[in-house]
Amino acid sequence: MSSPKWTDEKVEIIIGNLLGAGVLISALVVFCGGVIFLTYHGNSYANYRVFRGEPESLRSIPAIFRYALQLHGGGIIQLGLLLLIATPVARVVFSIFGFAAERDRMYVVFTLIVLLILLFSLFGSSLIA
Amino acid sequence: MNVFEFTGLVGFGSLLAGLLGSLTGLGGGVVLVPLLTIFFKVDIRYAIGASLVSVIATSSGSAAAYVKEGFSNIRIGMFLEIATTIGAVCGAFLAAKVSTSAIAIIFGLVLLYSAYLSRKPRSASDRNVPPDALATRLRMNGSFPDAGGLRHYNVQRVPAGFSLMFGAGALSGLLGIGSGAVKVLAMDHAMKIPFKVSTTTSNFMIGVTAAASAGLYLKRGYIDPGLAMPVMLGVLAGSLWGTRILVKAETKWLRLIFSVVIAVLGVQMLVKGVFGTI
Repeated sequence: MSSPKWTDEKVEIIIGNLLGAGVLISALVVFCGGVIFLTYHGNSYANYRVFRGEPESLRSIPAIFRYALQLHGGGIIQLGLLLLIATPVARVVFSIFGFAAERDRMYVVFTLIVLLILLFSLFGSSLIA
Repeated sequence: MNVFEFTGLVGFGSLLAGLLGSLTGLGGGVVLVPLLTIFFKVDIRYAIGASLVSVIATSSGSAAAYVKEGFSNIRIGMFLEIATTIGAVCGAFLAAKVSTSAIAIIFGLVLLYSAYLSRKPRSASDRNVPPDALATRLRMNGSFPDAGGLRHYNVQRVPAGFSLMFGAGALSGLLGIGSGAVKVLAMDHAMKIPFKVSTTTSNFMIGVTAAASAGLYLKRGYIDPGLAMPVMLGVLAGSLWGTRILVKAETKWLRLIFSVVIAVLGVQMLVKGVFGTI
């Protein structure tokens, strides 16, 4: 019994700190994208009255990556937002390991269900949207 | 208004919403959408997209602080997240099917309800309820640090709480809010979980619930980078600032003022929805 004992509290503290770091990193990426975005579009007219929907380059995950790598401000902001959306998903993934380390099979299953729903929304939602 | 001015003003408004939301514990997301639609004339779909993103930021950003308090119950949270995430996907799916007027009306009602709930006294924290068979099997009963040491609590009426959580998730996905008020209602009133445990567990669940509808929002083009950037950064900065000064601030008056603001915005959203001017 030399392995460190995993408790709810210990797992949660690690997860909490990871989430905080994830949010800070995504905020930093969004901020950098914002600076580039404002440099190019700062003087144009702001109009959000009419809903047009975002162009394809800002909607799908692979397209956002391509657009961000070309250093487009809008693409970098979306990339930061994707990182942000990933933080709660990461929390769920880490919780699976936490429950597994506590040998709580029932909650490993519950957490897997939540993860599947999240992954469906992120990657499979084009089936219903 | 050019993009530069727009970004600055929206960022400042979001900072204020995040600060007030965290100081009063009522959440900033609920005032963001009315703020953007009524004062900045933003289409409600863009507003909902930006608001949802900021809800994730506040929930994940404050997680570390909440965890250290030791009140949240991750088993209750994870089990109920099955209901909230399914609800959120349904809500986000519905958001594209219903008219913007209908969304504005539902939003107005939720705002009025949140304002009403915030004026109600909290339920007694020392109630003692007997253990429930289902909750015990689900290992939900727990304990939390209280003035007199570690206090044990039992959880009740799991099916009722689970159904209410599906509703909370659907509202979150439909309106781009955290629906913390409904989540606390489900845990506090239906499941008889102590108030402190309910609020912190609700914060834990809000981010995961919002992430479940974020994918659909992104795919539909509701998330605009130019709008989401000042909203997310503003709300995050405001809420983190709020948790820093929370200990010193006198929040009784602030809560009253903020709930009045929420009620006024609720009436405005209702009127706009009814007359179709959203």
